[in-house]
Amino acid sequence: MLEGILINGLVRGGIYALLAIGFSLIFGVARMINLAFTSFYMLGAYGLYFFATRMGLNPVLAALISLILTAIIGLATYKIFIDRVREHHVTVMLITMALALIFQESMLLAFKGTYRAAPSFLTGYATIIGVRVLYQHLLIFGVVLVVLLGVWYLLSKTRLGIAIRAVAQDSEIANLMGINVSRILTITMAIASTLAAIAGVIVAPTLVLEPYMWTHPLVMIMAIVVLGGLGSVKGSLIGAFIIGFTETAVVFLLPTGSFLKGAIALIVMVIILLFRPEGLFGVVFEEERL
Amino acid sequence: MRKRFIFSLFACLLVASLIITGGCKKEEVKTIKIGVIGPMQYVQGEHHWFGATMARDEINAAGGITVAGVKYQIELIKTDSNEILSPTDAAAAMERLITVDKAQFVVGGFRTEGVIPMMDVAMDNKTIFLGAGSATKELCMKAVGDGYARYKYWFRVTPFASDKLVANCLETLGLAGTIMKTGLGIQGKIKVAILAEQATWADAMVAAYQAYVPAKLGMEVVGTWRPSATATDVTAELTAIQNSGAHIILTIISGPLGIPFARQLGELQIPVASVGINVESQKDGFWEATNGFGQYETTLNTYAKGIAMTDKTVAFFDAFVKANGETPTYCAGTYDCLYILKEAIERAGTVESDAVVVELEKTDYKSTAGRVVFMGKDTATPHDVTYGPGYVTGIAIQWQNGEMKCVWPYMWGPNKDITYPGTVQWQIPDRVIKFYKK
Repeated sequence: MLEGILINGLVRGGIYALLAIGFSLIFGVARMINLAFTSFYMLGAYGLYFFATRMGLNPVLAALISLILTAIIGLATYKIFIDRVREHHVTVMLITMALALIFQESMLLAFKGTYRAAPSFLTGYATIIGVRVLYQHLLIFGVVLVVLLGVWYLLSKTRLGIAIRAVAQDSEIANLMGINVSRILTITMAIASTLAAIAGVIVAPTLVLEPYMWTHPLVMIMAIVVLGGLGSVKGSLIGAFIIGFTETAVVFLLPTGSFLKGAIALIVMVIILLFRPEGLFGVVFEEERL
Repeated sequence: MRKRFIFSLFACLLVASLIITGGCKKEEVKTIKIGVIGPMQYVQGEHHWFGATMARDEINAAGGITVAGVKYQIELIKTDSNEILSPTDAAAAMERLITVDKAQFVVGGFRTEGVIPMMDVAMDNKTIFLGAGSATKELCMKAVGDGYARYKYWFRVTPFASDKLVANCLETLGLAGTIMKTGLGIQGKIKVAILAEQATWADAMVAAYQAYVPAKLGMEVVGTWRPSATATDVTAELTAIQNSGAHIILTIISGPLGIPFARQLGELQIPVASVGINVESQKDGFWEATNGFGQYETTLNTYAKGIAMTDKTVAFFDAFVKANGETPTYCAGTYDCLYILKEAIERAGTVESDAVVVELEKTDYKSTAGRVVFMGKDTATPHDVTYGPGYVTGIAIQWQNGEMKCVWPYMWGPNKDITYPGTVQWQIPDRVIKFYKK
């Protein structure tokens, strides 16, 4: 049983981590709670389905097209709807919620409420310490590792990453230092949208696509980033695996209550927050951000 | 002179136009308005509509409905209840359908939570509502005793009540268990894992399975798993079920869960068979949605290609597929609803609801799914469609090489004589054979 919890928890945590990092990045840099974030995940997934299944393209090519288009849509929505009101946090939340609903209804119109499935990149399974794991799940886990390394490298080792961190710490000082804050925010939004789209594209073959698929992950990743500490990428990563392992453990230990896995994971989050209200890696000082 | 000519010309044109328009004026077509209500953005609502339009076209082409010697054409009104997402929208949609669009009869409905408020609106307006979607038994229990006067306008044509679904699932499970025991040489009891989505309609079924599977079939229930109805990943559940040593998973799934469940079961090669209810596997898109890993998935169903419950089934099935490019689901039973309504109206000789109710209660109609006779008003479920040998039975299908094959009823009934033509034997999944024969 333990090996089952370990393997399945790692996979589930990895999926959450992929989403939570992008969300956390937006909050850390722009201080925005973007409620449309997981709708880019949905668009990425539907894009893969459309180009691979409807248009008959190779799934890898379909995934690339979907990623590019979703990043463009993410960027365009930021520039058109969010950029001008980004200082008004409640307005941003309302606008992004409206955008998410528009994307949802658009998918409902385009693809109807019928459940769809995207093609797998890899089929079959491997047995790891006695547990059967889909190759697609291993691929997800691999992509999570690569993306995490990429994000870490970007933020730590590149000029762009240093600029992003500078804006995250204090945008006014960063501006005085000659950093184009607006440009950095735009780039961050593009990166975050792409991360959401990567999650959508890579996870889509293991899911059912439907126009409301953005809502559940939104709730879970909000819980994860709060648990990890708002704006902390490292905290989000750890929070994702805590939630992933908790959910999996519920399925194994409480089979008749496996539908409670989300609720129990959220209770774990609440308990941790009672002891650490700022989250596991919450920002006490602005300079600690990211 | 010129003025007179122009005036005369104008007058002639006016007279001519009056003659022409008068001559072209058609005799007004009398219509009976029937509302088709359902979640129109979903396959269930689409099939409500497709089934009803097929019946409308056929009936109208044949002259329509004769009411006291006068021919009426059927006019359908399509209404989106949005009941899957928001059951509260359903009552408003029904209100509009009856009071604004003036529907005289209504067919459709899918989700119990939406059908109950829709039903109340229809009953308030004394409008006959023929159900073609919700299986909840309690819908027909409202007309018991004193409730009859209010709820007599409700009839369920399809599907039959959920407790009868339990009976069919147990029959299918018994069939699969016998074949597995013989085919694989399993010693001891067949072990069953129950996988039921967390939903109200499934609760009573889970309790029934936990009691009847050991008592009636002599099998052992090794565990019950209740994932969320909206879950999209069940790998953890499947790993746990494999560890439990189950031979068969008994499913109760109506939501999206059915696709990842079947796909992951097949792709992970979990050595367990699956029978029960998986609504997604009743649809044509299931094979593609599971990338073919849905092979051997077994579910209760209403229609399957080439399977004739009556002499109307195959013609209806083929015409439906030809017109809509999809296999009909049970919601397409609106087709039968319209014919049943037509016959009742013609017998009543009026569209007045109370008179039509009396005639509907006398219905004995050979539908596309079986013989439809409504339960009497003195029964526990008045106006429910009668289930059982000789009436509506339902079928079970198994996905075999990309096609839905009927596998049950198989020598069923008191005389063991019910096997619809075209039925094939249920197959043990390859992955299970491989595991037990190694």
